[in-house]
Amino acid sequence: MRLHRRTLMAATLATFTLPGLAMAQDDTIKIGLLATFEGAFTVLGEDSERGAMVALSEAGGMAGGKKIEVIKGSSDASPDSAVRAARKLVEQDGVSILVGPLSGDEGIAVKNYALSQPDVTFINGSSAAQDTTFRDPAPNFFRFSTDGAQWMAGLGTYAYNEKGYQNVAVVAEDYSFPYTQVFGFMAEFCQAGGKVTSKSWVPIGNKDYSSVIAAIPDDVDAIYVALGGADAVNFLSQFQQAGGEAPLIGGSITVDQTVLTSKGRLKDVLIGTPAAGPIADTNDAPEWVAFVEAYKETDGAFPSPSLFAHAYYIGMKAAILALNEVDGDMSNPAAYRAALSALSFETPTGMVSLDENRNAIADMYLTEVTEDADGNLVNKLIQVTSQVNQTLGIDKEEFMALGAVSRENPSCE
Amino acid sequence: MTTEPFPDQAPARNDLIARIGAGHLALAAVLLVFPFVASDFFTTQIGAYSLIFGMLGLSLMWLAGYGGMVSLAQITIAGIAGYTVAIFGENSADVHGFGWPWWVLVPFAVLIAALASALVGWVSVRTSGIYTIMITLAVATAMFYFAQQNYTLFNGFPGFAGVKAPVVFGIDWRDPMPFYFLSLGVAILCYLAVLYASKSTFGLTLQATRDNQRRMRALGYDVTMHKVFAWFLAGIIAGLAGILLVWFNGRISPGTINVGAAINVLIITVIGGLRHPIGPFLGAVVVILMQTFAIDIVGAERFNTLIGLLFLVIVFVSPDGILGLWEKAKAHLAPGSLRSDI
Amino acid sequence: MNDLRPPDDTLNNAPALTKRQVWIGIAVILALLLAWLVFTPVWPEWVKDILISKKAFVSSILNGLTLAGLYFLVASGFTLVFGLMRNVNLAHGSLYLLGAYVGYEIADLTGYWLLGVAGAFVIVGLLGIVLQVVVFRRLEGDDLRQTLVTIGISIVAADLMLAIWAGGTYQILVPDWLSGTLELPIISAVRSNGSIVYIKYPLFRILVLLAAIAIGIALWLMLNRTRVGMMIRAGVDDREMLSASGINVHAVFAIVFAVGAGLAGLAGVIGGSALSVSPGEDVRYLLASLVVVIVGGMGSISGAAIGALLIGLAEQLGLVYFPTYGIVVTFLIMVVTLAIRPQGIMGSTS
Repeated sequence: MRLHRRTLMAATLATFTLPGLAMAQDDTIKIGLLATFEGAFTVLGEDSERGAMVALSEAGGMAGGKKIEVIKGSSDASPDSAVRAARKLVEQDGVSILVGPLSGDEGIAVKNYALSQPDVTFINGSSAAQDTTFRDPAPNFFRFSTDGAQWMAGLGTYAYNEKGYQNVAVVAEDYSFPYTQVFGFMAEFCQAGGKVTSKSWVPIGNKDYSSVIAAIPDDVDAIYVALGGADAVNFLSQFQQAGGEAPLIGGSITVDQTVLTSKGRLKDVLIGTPAAGPIADTNDAPEWVAFVEAYKETDGAFPSPSLFAHAYYIGMKAAILALNEVDGDMSNPAAYRAALSALSFETPTGMVSLDENRNAIADMYLTEVTEDADGNLVNKLIQVTSQVNQTLGIDKEEFMALGAVSRENPSCE
Repeated sequence: MTTEPFPDQAPARNDLIARIGAGHLALAAVLLVFPFVASDFFTTQIGAYSLIFGMLGLSLMWLAGYGGMVSLAQITIAGIAGYTVAIFGENSADVHGFGWPWWVLVPFAVLIAALASALVGWVSVRTSGIYTIMITLAVATAMFYFAQQNYTLFNGFPGFAGVKAPVVFGIDWRDPMPFYFLSLGVAILCYLAVLYASKSTFGLTLQATRDNQRRMRALGYDVTMHKVFAWFLAGIIAGLAGILLVWFNGRISPGTINVGAAINVLIITVIGGLRHPIGPFLGAVVVILMQTFAIDIVGAERFNTLIGLLFLVIVFVSPDGILGLWEKAKAHLAPGSLRSDI
Repeated sequence: MNDLRPPDDTLNNAPALTKRQVWIGIAVILALLLAWLVFTPVWPEWVKDILISKKAFVSSILNGLTLAGLYFLVASGFTLVFGLMRNVNLAHGSLYLLGAYVGYEIADLTGYWLLGVAGAFVIVGLLGIVLQVVVFRRLEGDDLRQTLVTIGISIVAADLMLAIWAGGTYQILVPDWLSGTLELPIISAVRSNGSIVYIKYPLFRILVLLAAIAIGIALWLMLNRTRVGMMIRAGVDDREMLSASGINVHAVFAIVFAVGAGLAGLAGVIGGSALSVSPGEDVRYLLASLVVVIVGGMGSISGAAIGALLIGLAEQLGLVYFPTYGIVVTFLIMVVTLAIRPQGIMGSTS
């Protein structure tokens, strides 16, 4: 028995020191993939992995002449768990590049962690909070996907000019990502002359929206809805049940495929809803079509890639392209980061490059919900707003002066 | 009406007391050597983190094992201490951050946590037995929602980041080695305190109350006050753990104190064992190792099934957790049969 | 100390009566105020300043009532099981969610919504019997372990349901004859041209309320008018005496557990039709049940009804009038109840 225990202890001790041994190999490059593989966002996390894998298999699993080893890290969408998973990937598994995380506040938390790990390069997954790169950025954190305010490009102007909506009510979840989306929408809409007369910030995970719907003023021309997943489905079906007549305007994840494919009587209220975001389902550009084809070959793929798959694809693609630039030499992180910063590459959704805060400048898609030939709801491409930057075309100082997004900011009653 | 979770306590304790010297010394040696052989990751992310959750489990074990009150609000108490540190100390969220020095801040945060704990205790002990688990679950959830919705005090959904451990005697106490020893020191202190308290007059009264509340009341004891004081003490332990946790993470947000985290503390404690204060620490090591490395072995997707099943098996087979399994195994492997085994 | 006192009601008979009169007085005033608010054709401006609009106010009252109906359906099963077996079934929310998924699958497969409702009730009810026989009977008399086991079950169940039904949002489609809106004889506004706008309300939600009332009455009848009900009530009062009197207690337990679980499953389908089904609902409805029965009093069906009303109304009015702290208000009600009357509004002191 005693003998046995001693061997056990020796074995345990060996595992403690193992990471040091594993790092010795230098013909492979370790990339951490951080996404939500547990909790309510598991489905989104798995789709983001598909996107990253498409980029990897395009490159044949190699970059700069070296083999890429992907190590997964899992969070449950809370900032704490994201930092914990990032710590394991960096400190235990020894990755030199980390791609992720998925959701907004995770992004801010991982950026803060990045500040303490100057030797590791962080490339954002799909998290889209403005302040991840805008205020107090980390020199080793890069975002090739864009932020939630950029995603709204073109929508406010379109709603005011083309749709003729002048008074709009806002219904959105009460946290930073919807704040950012509302900010992006209102920046244009208020500029164009529109008024936002009421805002309802609803706690995440609220089920029963019927009272919120009843409290929306009767005299608005449209309702801007920035809700995601189950919250969006609940709002839409109760809006339909209550006989709601006001037209809707959608946030980027309010009318994505996770909501459009849910069963129910959503068609009547959804068709014709304008929205904007980094992708459009009916985009017929050959690069997009090719990406969709490659995506569909992965296990368990949706009919069309989600914006999470798209964002992780772009992040992983950037990681690989920059590795090619430095011939897979990660011994000098500064050289690798210089290569990342200088990247300007063609993606399925147009050219992507970085600004001085390492946030992407990319094309945005204005869409409208329609029914396709098979009776499925899809986002039809209306127009492309090309090369939107983080300050939405506004001068940086002026944009900074608008202040951080919150419940009250911006406002134009 | 009181529940009697662990009626056969007395003989087991005598057994443990007999072994306490040797076992503790060996354990102390391992714990002291550990950070010198382990990597930084193991020192903090496994070692210190287990110690912190072990302390949370210890505060629950104190209430449940000796007082018969199963609480799901221990992480909430810890969160209150953590938020206090973030609000009155320094943070990078531009909300509050009064920058109090650590030697005022730490006792203050512990006091707030202990008072909050006593309040939760007071609300829940007025009802009998099994109510406690429900009321504390509801309190934990209420606190989570409140922290998530309130921006003026708790900075809402994002919470506070940039909380730093103090630099004292020229040592940054968040560096791996110092932080490990800090956690170890505090954990040992709490552990010894619980051991001592359990044998003190107060501890014995508490256990007697657990076993027969009516009799103790008839004997003239103020049962409610005893229980509330037990909650106050548990709050000190949970508060200390909460301060270490916020220094460890450097941040605190509603996600830190959600229902999942609350249940996690219960799982750790039950898997480890409610019979002896060492149980929660054992449970913490096992659960945290599993949580950290499950993604490399079985994938993270079905991790909760695994941990849930383990929890079920423990509750069914060995109500005293791993500690109980160990006792049983020892009974089976009596010295004679052991020799023939080798 | 308390135990030596004579029972409360004999000692405090007279003051309790006046107390009751005060309560009735307050209730009447509130009811009159509410009636005035609802039936005045046009609100004066100062009322609008406080309560936003009549449509918002009346709708949130109605929504509060229908939500209370749903909460009652879930909580009644929970409180029934607790009342008889002293089993705090923290897997009750999992039964709700499972019922919703099962109902969705059956309704989707057969095309009959009612079949989905019945199927969920039966299947989840049977599962309840299995749980009772295989799990809880083995741990009888050990309240704490029973509760811990239910936590374990809920963790595993949530994960397995996530594996099977993924993280998507499901909506159970109600038949056409149940969907649509109903115009209520309550004036919402008078247009400038004199035409009157009435308040419209979804038909299905009214049905939820009616179903809850019907099931509440059925439960009351079962408990008070049948032999099984008599045994159950006897068991609630004194378990030992019931088994001593030669009745097969295990059979009674199994029946109660089946009904309790079945009600959770049925509530799942109704909730999934009125709202939607997604992961996390289990915890949500478990908490709702907990708060409802803590406020109403553990083990009491009428307590569950009162608790559900309070919580449902507080949640909906809170969502409209102070959205930021709406959820917190419900918990506040709970804490206040616990501070004033720890055993809940209808709870017994034993």
